[in-house]
This record gives sequence, C-alpha cells and structure tokens, in this order.
Amino acid sequence: MADLRINFAGIKSPNPFWLASAPPTNTGAQIHKAFEAGWGGAVWKTIGAPVLNVSNRYGAWHYGRQRMLAINNVELISDRPIEINLREIAEVKRAWPDRAVIVSAMVDSKPEAWREIVERIEDTGADGIELNYGCPHGMSERGMGSAVGQVPEYCERITRWVMEAATIPVIMKLTPNITNIVLPARAGVAAGANALSLINTINSIVGVDLDTLELTPSIGGKGGHGGYAGPAVKPIALNMLAQLGKDEIVSQSGIPISGMGGIANWQDAAQFLLLGASSLQVCTAVMHYGFRIIEDLCDGLSNWMDEKGFKTIADVSGRSLHRVSDFKNFDLSFRAVARIDAEKCIKCNLCYVACNDTAHQCIDLVSPEGALVAPLTYDVRSNGKVEAIETRPQPQVREEDCVGCRLCYNVCPVDNCIEMVEVPSGREAVTWSELSERQPQVTEDWETMKAYRERVGIHIH
Amino acid sequence: MESAPIEIGKALAEQLPPLTANAAAVEADRCLYCYDAPCTHACPTHIDIPRFIKKIASHNLRGSAETIFASNLLGATCARVCPVQELCEGACVLGADHKPIAIGRLQRFAMDYAHEHRSFPSVKAAATGRSIAVIGAGPAGLSCAGQLAMLGHAVTIFEKRAMAGGLSTYGIIALREPVEIALEEARMIEGLGVEIKTGIEFGKDVLLAQLQQDFDAVVLSIGLGNTPCLGIEGEEAIIDGLEFIESSKTAAATMSVGRNVLVIGAGNTAVDCATIAKRLGAERVTMVYRRTDREMSCYEHEYDFARKEGIEFRFLSQPSRVLLENGKLVGLECLRVELGTRDGSGRPSPVAVAGSEFMLPADQIVKAVGQERAALALLLGLDTNKGFIAVDNGFQTSTAGVYAIGDCIRAKGAASTVMAVQDGKLAAAAIHQQLAQRAEMAEVS
Repeated sequence: MADLRINFAGIKSPNPFWLASAPPTNTGAQIHKAFEAGWGGAVWKTIGAPVLNVSNRYGAWHYGRQRMLAINNVELISDRPIEINLREIAEVKRAWPDRAVIVSAMVDSKPEAWREIVERIEDTGADGIELNYGCPHGMSERGMGSAVGQVPEYCERITRWVMEAATIPVIMKLTPNITNIVLPARAGVAAGANALSLINTINSIVGVDLDTLELTPSIGGKGGHGGYAGPAVKPIALNMLAQLGKDEIVSQSGIPISGMGGIANWQDAAQFLLLGASSLQVCTAVMHYGFRIIEDLCDGLSNWMDEKGFKTIADVSGRSLHRVSDFKNFDLSFRAVARIDAEKCIKCNLCYVACNDTAHQCIDLVSPEGALVAPLTYDVRSNGKVEAIETRPQPQVREEDCVGCRLCYNVCPVDNCIEMVEVPSGREAVTWSELSERQPQVTEDWETMKAYRERVGIHIH
Repeated sequence: MESAPIEIGKALAEQLPPLTANAAAVEADRCLYCYDAPCTHACPTHIDIPRFIKKIASHNLRGSAETIFASNLLGATCARVCPVQELCEGACVLGADHKPIAIGRLQRFAMDYAHEHRSFPSVKAAATGRSIAVIGAGPAGLSCAGQLAMLGHAVTIFEKRAMAGGLSTYGIIALREPVEIALEEARMIEGLGVEIKTGIEFGKDVLLAQLQQDFDAVVLSIGLGNTPCLGIEGEEAIIDGLEFIESSKTAAATMSVGRNVLVIGAGNTAVDCATIAKRLGAERVTMVYRRTDREMSCYEHEYDFARKEGIEFRFLSQPSRVLLENGKLVGLECLRVELGTRDGSGRPSPVAVAGSEFMLPADQIVKAVGQERAALALLLGLDTNKGFIAVDNGFQTSTAGVYAIGDCIRAKGAASTVMAVQDGKLAAAAIHQQLAQRAEMAEVS
C-alpha cells in the first residue's frame, strides 16, 4: 500500500490532504471533526486584522444538474475574536500532534503588525504559517490580501519581515489575480519563504438575478466581485502550478508547493501532484459534501499509486512536469485522427454537428446501406421507433480530412467511443522553433509558407 | 360483506402524476440534445423534441410549448395518450443501455404550463377569405382546423356529439386523459377563430352537397363506426366497449359495472374497458381472446399494465353464445380455438374446435373488437381502400375539394391520435396550397 505521508517544508502530516484556509477551518470544533474524519492537516481560517462580515456571502455557478461547479464568496477573514482563535489553535494542536496545523495570517502591511502575529501564532504550537496574500475582495480594499499578492515587491518585503520573526515554516500563498504568476513566486523565493501555495480565489462576479436584476449574491441590493473557487478553476490552478514548476528560479530553489484550486476527488489530487505539488489543499468540495470526502481522496489516491507502482507522494510529485512545454516545441508532424467505434456509438450525432458546424467538416453520416446521407432528410410521413432506429445513419470520420482537433472526442457522451489514433504523417518531425531557426522565411512569409507546405505535403482544407 | 364504496375520482384519476418542476428539470438535463434526433424522427408529427426539452432545462417554458405546438397543436393529448414506448421514447439513444428520456411526461409538463398560462398559438396570417368545413371534432379535425385557421382561413367544424374532442373526450379512459384536457384543447382551437358547431350530424343535419356549395373545401374526419357485430346469440345483452368507456368519462357515478365482467377482445380499447371495470369495482375481470398473448394487438406495456391491475386472460377462446337466465345475463359460452395457418393480418387464423363448448360465468360482457369502417364513404360515393376512404397524397378523396383524414383513411398502420394529428397538419398544408393555386389560376384567367 502506498505511503501517503508527507514532510512538507518540515511540516509533517499522515496524508497530503489539508483543509484550505476557509470556512471549513473556522473553529476548533470543525477541525477536530475533520481530523476525526481523517484529514491530514488544516490551514486555519485566516486570522489577523479585525473585520465584520455580511449576509449572503456565497454565490455559485451551477451547470446543468451539477450544483456548485464553482463557488464565489465575499466572506472576509475570521471575524471571531483573535484570542479565541489562538486558544483553539493551541488546543487542536495539542489534541492532534500527528496532524499539520497551519495558521493563515493577514494583517496590516506594517512590520510590527506582522512580527506580532507571527509571535502569537508560534505561541500556539502550530506547525506553520501561511501568508494570505490572496483574498481578492474586502481585505484588498484595505491594502491587504491580493493588494499585496499582486505586487511582487510587496510580497517580498512583507515575507522578509515574517522570515525575520518566524522560527516555524512559512508558506507564502499566491493570488491568481495576476498576469504572471512566476513573479510573486520568485519574490517569495527571494524573501526566503519555506514554501509556496497556490491558488487563492479568482476575481469573479458569479451572475445577475434575472428577476431582481441584482447581482448574485445580493447584499441588501448590492453585490460585487468575490473570490471564485471550486472544480471550474482547476485548469487555471494546474497551469499556474506548472508555470512555477517550469520556472528555473522557483524550481531550482527547491521550495515545495502546496497545490489547491478545485480539487474535488483523488483524480484531481493526483494531477496536482503530477504537476509539482507536494501537499494539497481542499475547500469547495468539502463545503459541498462535508469532511467525509477525505476517505475516498486517500483511498482512491492510494489505490491509483499502487496500480502505478508509486510508493510515496514524492514519487508522484512533479512526475509530469517534463511533459509541460510550449507550443514552439510541439512536433508539427505529429498526426492523430478521430475514429468512432460503431459498436459503442449511440448515434446521438453530437460529434457530427460539432464537427460540421464548428470544426473541420470531416464527419459524414452513413446510412445502414453504406450511402452518404444528409441529416434531417427523412420523409414527413415516416414514423415509429423501428423506422427511426433502423434507418438512422452512423457518423463516420473521413480520416484523410481529419485535422485531429479532438472536438468530437470531447463532445462524445459515450466513454471510449471516439479514440484519437496516431497515424503516420509521412513527414519528418519538426517543431516551430526548429523551423524558424532553420528556415526563418517559412515562418515569416505566407508565400514561402505555401511553398514549404507543398514541399512537405501539408494540406489545409 | 359490503365492500367500501369506490371513490370514482380516485379510481379514475390520471395514472401518472404531473412531473414536479424539479423532476422535469432533472429529466430535461439528462437529455443529450441529439442532432437530427431519432425521437423526432419517430414522432409522427416530428416535434423537435430535443429543442423543447432543452427549453425546459433553460426554464423557457413558453418557448418549449411553442416548439411543441409548432408541430402538434394537440400536444397535451398526445403527451398523455401516445404509445411513447413505440415512438419517441422507443427511439431514444439512451434506451440501449440506460433509461430513455421521459419525453411524454416532459411534453405534458410543457403543455400543462401552456394551458395554465394560456400560452397558446395565435393567428398571424391575414384572412384569406376562404372558408373550410371540417366534419368531426376529433384529433384529426381539430388539428386540421387549427392549422387552417392559423393560415388565415375561416373554419367551421360540424360535430355530431354534444362535446368536441372525439375519442380524446369519449374514448380514452380518464386514467390516461381526463375529459377536461380534451375539452380545453378544443377550446384552444376555438381560440384560433375556429367555429365548432356541436350536435350537428353530417349526412342528416348537414349534407355534403350543401357544404360543397357553401365552403371552398370540405374535410372529413369522421373516424370509424361502432364495434362490429359478433353475430352470436344473445349479443344484444353485450355492451359496446366504446360506449362503456364513454360512460366512464361522462357518467362514471351512475354507470353500471358488473361483479364478474368479461371483455371480448385484446386491443387497446379492450384493455381500457377491462381497466375501467376493475377500477370501478368489478371483483373479477377477464379478457377473452381468440388468439394468444403473442397476437394481441394491444401494446406490450398495456398488457403489462393490465396484468398489474389484476385483470385475467382467457386466450384461445371464441365466444359462441351469451347465456341468459330469466333475461338475466349469467355467462358466455365459448369454443376452444386452435391456431391455424397465417391469415391476411399475418397472424395465425383461429379455428374453433367443434363440440369444445365451455362456459365462462359473467354478469356483464363488454366487447371491444375494433371499429367498423365508416359506411359513409359508400353513401357519399367516395372511392375506398379496404373499406377506408381512399385519398391521394394530399388527402383529397376521389371527389375534388373533399378531403379525408384520421382513422377513416387509416388503411395502413395502426390508428392513433398522433397519426390523426399529423394527417390534419399535412392536409391543412395541402389544402392551403391548392386553394392558393386555385386563386392564382383564377387571377391568370
């Protein structure tokens, strides 16, 4: 059985799953319950400056029957008296010595304020501190949260103040509300942070109520941007995580990264690990289904690791990073085409309409007799299930015209029905980068490009 | 022992409850939104089913109802009475390894919204000055009249019964379609400007020759006739199945239902009659059929339903005599049947075994063995096809300007409401086109 234990910048936990700093980690009672359920650690909901909260804090994006594909919030950091938080942190840590208890902090951007909060956190016996440079709403209006995270110089300066005071590991949490995620990460490295974590929530307006014309959620008639999180943000988080893994300065510094942003199941978790995370944080999925989801997060991850022969989390961490590249390094001669398994196909024709309306018009409809047929051409008097089923055409890819865009593969509702098959292109492997180096004119001039295409045999329909 | 009185409202209440808004949304979201969908192909009226379902999913119920009405003005009836297992739902791509979308119930959900909010089609075309007479206010007639009215024609329906709706009103059991639904649908057609004159019998109160003079076209949607005669002794004591169902819809409280009921026949109507008898208090209901369950003309889901209702079956039995004692019905004498070679219907022909008489006790017998073909066709001098009125591709009979639609022309295939609705729609388009051509020719000359 795989060993799920981690040692993240000196913070140990029995599994890589921590509750992210958020409503699920608001109180000691909640975290006790979470630890009982099996969570490896918890990042306490951010403590620091005094705040007051509002009602109607969460909005959500539902898609079809899937509730909360994403959540959006205008909740601030902890509004509980700081003394109570500190006392409960100490109690939880005493009760759960094997779990990771990390405290998220956010105070005014003054050295003495940061020094004071670091000291108070260390007095609790907590395992680490996470610097919240990410909240995109409310706190940022007061010069904290993402107002810091969006300016690499501020990140570096404040982290330096913290590192001067701290004796326990410090994790600097990044905001995704920035054009280049690498810059604040490098600032963290420069300041000597022990670890990074990402992503915090993304600026968002979740919707407008079509009855009242107010924003969702509406706070007494007003609304505004809030922090976006949940399954829908996962691809954004994965990209930012990979960018850090590919950045020389960040990766060579060797500081570990705690990954989060839409982790809802063990498959998501494995993907974060593969792209370089070595601890994982979860929030929205827990807010949706409760602490109990930890069971399958661990069980599923462990089974998958066993199947793949990975013994430890470190074996998995960053394993796919070498696959992350840039367009210019992709093989322009690699060719794949879609193939539809007629046995599995249920003839919904979603691939057909997607291809013909919006892609490359290379899926045909073939009648049971083998003739090409147009859609919507049956007689108005034809009816009944037998006629409808027996005359229903089968979508079929014209492989010579298929550019391998993979749209049909993505829209197909049947698992493993459409396969992307690698086929020989008959061309020598070449990347854009190589092409522009060897034959720069081809990449700069359409006429030369045309001649090149004809020479190597690239046909564009 | 006195059994508890039957609550008729409950006994005959619509079998399927309406979907809740949440259930409809869940089901609508399950639809894959197939392109050139097989459900739409299988629907005789070719309702754009994925479109109306996606409009339910997007909470555009008005648009959803409009989508249905665009292909089928009698969507509320069809949602309830269509054999969806054989049509749209039977063709659903999810049926193969999962459960097909509940298309019928979703359609009913959208139609209930339309009727509740009076979100009905309207006439947008300018008046053409043409007038058309439609005989019979059943599904075919209502569909045709509504379509013609929407095209700008003045339409009058002549209906011999007291209420419009035809079999929807009188012949479909309330479990599947309450009377009110059919009447409401007829009122919707009236809302399009169609005049429905009830209590007027064609061939008696109003004659074809007169209508041909007064109207630019005449459409016959006269349905079929009574249940045919069995030609057995004591037949006058047998109740006609359609009349039995009609009583259950218009006078359920006062209709007489036996304790031990026999239903002769094994088609849709026979199952309906048996269901009604059972629901209205018969202790024992037995369907008597000459062939076996393999040859029954009712749908498989109807047979399943009947068995669940506790209805019994006597196959391979041919009624030979009604048994009366002191004028009181006591049973049905039958002959045992053996199946012979295939007959014209493609089913093995039943051969009664001489001397095999046996008796089934009963205090009420209902017969539901199909309907006679309209005798009117011959009276009117129209060409016929297997006894049904013969029509051309545009539903015109052998007499120019006289059209026929619905069950009275159904020489091929099973008669059904939805086929009748499609006839009405196609005939309206054909009539409209021909009237327009006539107008053009008149202008040229």
